[in-house]
Amino acid sequence: MSPLQPRFVRLAETDRPTVTIAVDGASVEALEGDSLLVAVLTRAGHLRHSEFGPEARAGFCLMAACQDCWMWTHDGDRLRACDTPVRAGLSVLTQPPDMPWPNRV
Amino acid sequence: MAEPRVIIVGAGPAGVRAAETLVAAGLRPTVVDEGRRDGGQIYRRQPEGFARSSAELYGTEAARAEALHATFDDLRPKIDYRPGHLAWNVADGHLHVVHDGSAEALPFDAMIVAAGATDRLMPVKGWQHAGVYSLGAAQIALKSQGCAIGRRVVFLGTGPLMQLVAAQYRKAGAQVVALLDTSRLWHQIRALPKLVSRPDVLAKGVGLAASHLLAGTMVRRGVTPVEIFGDADGGVSGVGVRLVSGRDLRLACDAVALGYHLRPETQLADLAGCDFTFDAATRQFWPVIDEDGRSSVPGIYLAGDGVRIQGADGAEIAGQLAALAVLADRGRSAPTEQISRLRQQRRAMERFRAGISEAFPWPHHLAAGLAEETVVCRCEGITAGELRAVVHDKGADEMNRAKALSRVGMGRCQGRYCGHAAAEVVAAATQLSPAVVGRLRGQAPVKPLAIRTRRAAP
Amino acid sequence: MSEPFRTDVIVVGGGIMGAAAAFFLRRRGKSVALIERALIGQQASGTNFGNVRRQGRFLPQLPLANRSRDIWGRLNELIGEDAEFLASGHLRVTYDDEMTARIETYARDALPYGLDLQIIGGNRLRERFPFLGPEVRAGSYAPHDGHANPRLAAPAFGRAARREGASVFERTEIVAVERDAGMFRVEAADGRVFRAEQLMIAAGAWGNRLSEQFGEPVPLVTHGPQMAVTEPIPYALEPVLGVSTTKLEETVYFRQVKRGNIVIGGAARGPASADTQRASVKPENTLLQFTQITRVVPALARLNIIRVWSGVESYLPDDIPIMGPSAKVPDLYYAFGFCGHGFQLGPGVGDVMAELISTGQTTTPIEPFSIARFASAPA
Ligand SMILES: Cc1cc2nc3c(=O)[nH]c(=O)nc-3n(C[C@H](O)[C@H](O)[C@H](O)COP(=O)(O)OP(=O)(O)OC[C@H]3O[C@@H](n4cnc5c(N)ncnc54)[C@H](O)[C@@H]3O)c2cc1C
Ligand SMILES: Cc1cc2nc3c(=O)[nH]c(=O)nc-3n(C[C@H](O)[C@H](O)[C@H](O)COP(=O)(O)OP(=O)(O)OC[C@H]3O[C@@H](n4cnc5c(N)ncnc54)[C@H](O)[C@@H]3O)c2cc1C
Ligand code: FES
Repeated sequence: MSPLQPRFVRLAETDRPTVTIAVDGASVEALEGDSLLVAVLTRAGHLRHSEFGPEARAGFCLMAACQDCWMWTHDGDRLRACDTPVRAGLSVLTQPPDMPWPNRV
Repeated sequence: MAEPRVIIVGAGPAGVRAAETLVAAGLRPTVVDEGRRDGGQIYRRQPEGFARSSAELYGTEAARAEALHATFDDLRPKIDYRPGHLAWNVADGHLHVVHDGSAEALPFDAMIVAAGATDRLMPVKGWQHAGVYSLGAAQIALKSQGCAIGRRVVFLGTGPLMQLVAAQYRKAGAQVVALLDTSRLWHQIRALPKLVSRPDVLAKGVGLAASHLLAGTMVRRGVTPVEIFGDADGGVSGVGVRLVSGRDLRLACDAVALGYHLRPETQLADLAGCDFTFDAATRQFWPVIDEDGRSSVPGIYLAGDGVRIQGADGAEIAGQLAALAVLADRGRSAPTEQISRLRQQRRAMERFRAGISEAFPWPHHLAAGLAEETVVCRCEGITAGELRAVVHDKGADEMNRAKALSRVGMGRCQGRYCGHAAAEVVAAATQLSPAVVGRLRGQAPVKPLAIRTRRAAP
Repeated sequence: MSEPFRTDVIVVGGGIMGAAAAFFLRRRGKSVALIERALIGQQASGTNFGNVRRQGRFLPQLPLANRSRDIWGRLNELIGEDAEFLASGHLRVTYDDEMTARIETYARDALPYGLDLQIIGGNRLRERFPFLGPEVRAGSYAPHDGHANPRLAAPAFGRAARREGASVFERTEIVAVERDAGMFRVEAADGRVFRAEQLMIAAGAWGNRLSEQFGEPVPLVTHGPQMAVTEPIPYALEPVLGVSTTKLEETVYFRQVKRGNIVIGGAARGPASADTQRASVKPENTLLQFTQITRVVPALARLNIIRVWSGVESYLPDDIPIMGPSAKVPDLYYAFGFCGHGFQLGPGVGDVMAELISTGQTTTPIEPFSIARFASAPA
């Protein structure tokens, strides 16, 4: 599967208002009530990369227990994608921001 | 006597019934739950604005779900409900919670921990790839977000939840490629004498198993998981297992739901200092409780799947019993008849629980056969080979030692998902029982805690 | 009953002091039994912060610290692994002029001991360490100090000692020690007996329990320094950072490991019990650390901690250890009661004690640490 291919498939509840967020700078249409994880994975194949292996990661438990789904914001903040609801204007990165994290204030 | 301060952690079936029982006795308990909404795991409420009916969401359990939700809605004005509050630590008679970056220490005279369960996992080579999810995750994606975890989903593992979630997926219109079950039919047959203690649930289970066959879904039992194929960028591309016949089966898919039944969330009990004991049948350590849920620490009560995996009905009973125990220990009159009836029901639940763990056994033998390069700890990327190396080269024959030397279980999830399997890898490598190898000691915080967190203004 | 186990030297206590001493004693040809109640390095030596820091120490301790620092840099060649020692540099920062004056004085005074500290202030400090918060005034930078992994160091010394021929007994608690007929007799809880001409007590926070059996009690108390660690994030904080202050709650320190986690300590002490062998972290202390570390590096506020822990650390009233020969019993040696700086000293202590035990003297001055200073203390 290409990393750009969506991973999740919507089977129900598609009748919700849309919300626009940004993932790695690209704008993504999500639905109100989506978790950030679902919003990203219905448009892409992963959320982040493992710190200690070559592989992309896309979450594992979806119940805030495994901590596999932490994404970055442009400011260097961390968000746990599976229990963060989307809101309009949210902008996240699948990689750490370019500038080393401690130098951003 | 001053009204005792009682805290309940968890607003699932156990927590809700505990709260109801305390309110009925005139108390106003504090109910802390990390989730934004009540219901817990099985009766998880979907976000506001979602439209599916209870029947669609909870199937045969819709009536129970509605009853629990209604009970909780009634309780709301009579309790101090703290949704979105993570209980991150417990010390010196205080539960430490954090909500939106603000921390509070809640004093208690008694605390009922009803923290529920998470999936129990046995690693398989390749399970770190994107697209491999826990079985529970597969269900949550559907229940709470209306999504399938992929286009073609393989269910790998064992347990009643696997049968259920696969059926829910099929019904919702997802493509279920196969159910690859490590348990054998004779496990289930052998467990029948215990499983008949809850004939209705047994019948549902048999019905679920039959539904897969009727639908023509591929079901293979007694499989040995070999590998989840995939690549670093694209994630999962297939699953390989060895069949009972010795033949290899390889299936293409883009998602795997992996799980081997459940394990209790025991961190808070551990931090509160509760004694643990090794259960030889399920090969895990769990907190010691009496028949009402009293732990070894006075004032700490444990209920629901967070202490024994008895399922939702068992959780409701355990929640009531724990609350009644609190009341009795606080000198309130105890309704002896109700207690003995609940205890009797609980014994049936306990018998059924034991039956389920025999019917869908934890495949501990797989640990010995994990290929060296298999990732055991997904957080830290620690392989079976690295773990065995600290056993063989550095003499680590105890779990916390193996953790200290290899980093297994040192990651963000605190060993929730690798702890049991890592203990089996160490046990196999040392030829010791996991009872001797021990368990990872619980350490706060229960979940990651933001450094931004500040004490709430008093 | 079986024959006593016989060696030249018995070392009781398998923390970094005992394990390193056993290794260096073997290097000097002594036969050694290293006896540990639980597992090598499981107590303070395995739970500490991992600072390999010399600056800020009691000045007369610097020769010992220097000798130890030299060994840290040669671990690979000595014991075959480096315990993740990283000479990352160590920066102590100040919040006010008074403390800045103090670190300047310390830098001057430490120079004759061979410790080259750079005092950096104002813009130069921010250019070099752009992540420092606005409250930071100045810093004292020690380019050759650094950090190592405490979980690995003492066990590595233990294994190296064993490879060199030491007899290592884990899960063996010593309950009785005595000297009779010119020999030490050391008895374990399970009845096993060990005998040797020389005995070294390296029992950490429990050293007092053995020294008092020789009529040399010391007023030792225990505390649990409070530790925490963050999730892994890209490696970007090079030096170990610490605050130079007189206020306990401001005394925080942290370091990032190459894998990415940031280890945090300080701001308060927690309960530690020699009896239960456990120390714990008070939740309020974790929150206090958050407030204090973000004063030093504000960007830390964006991260999460994933684990806290503590360890049983021993303190004597003057905050310096007991090290050297017994003041009463010939051939008896002590090295225990090391407070917040014992990890850095460990390899050096092992080397010096081995020298002392096998030659009767040492080239590194250790007189200030003699147990004799408590000889008149009430028992
Ligand atoms: C993913 C998953 C899916 C399941 N699906 C089914 C199913 O379909 N059918 C079935 O019969 N059984 C299912 N189970 C089993 C199910 O957990 C139980 O039957 C039932 O939900 C147990 O109720 P409980 O009250 O013990 O715990 P739960 O319902 O799990 O409730 C526990 C609650 O505690 C909260 N909590 C836990 N720790 C903390 C903390 N530190 N701070 C604050 N809050 C906390 C959680 O947010 C949760 O709301 C599932 C279990 C899991 C893990
Ligand atoms: C949390 C924490 C943070 C610290 N941070 C730092 C730091 O950053 N830098 C630094 O330099 N220092 C630090 N220290 C101090 C340092 O860890 C200690 O000074 C040092 O490890 C002491 O080593 P030790 O071998 O004397 O003691 P220990 O490591 O405690 O070893 C003593 C051993 O003796 C054994 N023992 C005791 N009694 C008996 C008996 N009767 N029979 C058999 N065995 C026995 C014990 O089981 C134990 O393993 C810290 C300490 C703690 C607890
Ligand atoms: S997917 Fe497990 S914590 Fe988010």
